Amino acid sequence: MYQTGQHAVPDGAGPLVRPYAMTHGRTRPSSDNFDLIALVVAADVPTPTVGLEPEHHVVLRLAQQPISVAEIAAHADLPVGVVRILLDDLRAGGCVQVKAPMSVAKMPNTRVLRAVINGLRAL
Amino acid sequence: MDEIPYAIKILIAGGFGAGKTTMVGSVSEIEPLRTEEVITAESVGIDDLAGVEEKTTTTVAMDFGRITLNDGLVLYLFGTPGQDRFWFMWDELSLGAVGAVVLADTRRLADCFPSIDYFEQRGTPFIVAVNCFDGAKQYRTEDVRIALDLDDHVPVLLCDARKRESSKSVLITLVEYVLQRFSGELENTSEVMA
Repeated sequence: MYQTGQHAVPDGAGPLVRPYAMTHGRTRPSSDNFDLIALVVAADVPTPTVGLEPEHHVVLRLAQQPISVAEIAAHADLPVGVVRILLDDLRAGGCVQVKAPMSVAKMPNTRVLRAVINGLRAL
Repeated sequence: MDEIPYAIKILIAGGFGAGKTTMVGSVSEIEPLRTEEVITAESVGIDDLAGVEEKTTTTVAMDFGRITLNDGLVLYLFGTPGQDRFWFMWDELSLGAVGAVVLADTRRLADCFPSIDYFEQRGTPFIVAVNCFDGAKQYRTEDVRIALDLDDHVPVLLCDARKRESSKSVLITLVEYVLQRFSGELENTSEVMA
C-alpha cells in the first residue's frame, strides 16, 4: 500500500484544487439532498456545451448506465457533497434522471425482501 | 431508456479491524469503493473539535460495494465509519436501510458494543456475525449472545468474512430475520384491527 517516498505531496496536504471551487462556492444543493444510493442516469438529451464545468461532464460520462451517488463520488474522486451539487445542476438542466432509493425500513415490503433473499441465494 | 432500478442498502458495522471491508469485498460484484464526505466544523459540533479549533473540516471515508440482485433491484453494502465521532454519518447511512450486520471479533468483543447500542436505540434490525479469525479462540454463539446481552430474537452466527458463501449466508440470515420481524408486525397489526 503506502510506501515512504511514493508521493511527492504528503498525504495530509489535501487536494490541489479546493473541492468547492468547482461548485462556485456552494456547499449544498438548492433542492432536496441526494441520497448516497439514489440512482442517477444521464438523460437521453444532447449534452449542453455551455455552462457546465469539466466535473459535470465527468458525472454525465459515469451516469451513462444507472449509478449511485456514492459510486459517482468514488469514481470521480470527489467528496459526496460536491457530487450532490453537480447533480443538482444537471437535474435542473434536464441532463440526468434521479431515482430515490427504496426505504425498506419505513415501508415493510415483503415482496422486495423475498426478492433480495432469492437474489442473494442465486449469486 | 430502461427503467432505473431501485436501490436498497445493508450496513456492515463493527469495531476497527473486525472485517467490515473484507465482508463487503467478498460478496460485492465490484471492488470495494471508497467515498469521502468532507465535514465542516458546523456539522460536526463544538465538542468534537474542542482543543483543535483550528481544524475546521474533516473527512469521513466509507467503503461500499454493490450486488445486482435482479433487473430492478440493486443492493449496496456500506461499511460504517468506525470512529464514534461520526455518528451523524451513521444516521444518514441507516436511514431507509434494510438492516445491519454487526461483525464481532471475539478477541475484542467490546468493540461492537457501540454498534449494537446504536441499532437497538434506533430500532434498526440487526444480526451479529462472529468473524472467526485464524488463531482466535472459538466461542459458541450462545456465549457471544450472553456476553453481548442480546435479545433472544437477535440471530447470532459464526462466519468467515473472507469467504463469499459465508458472507452471502450472513446477508441472507439478516434479510430473513427482517422479513420475519415485518411479518410478525403485520400479524400484530391485523390482530389489533380485528
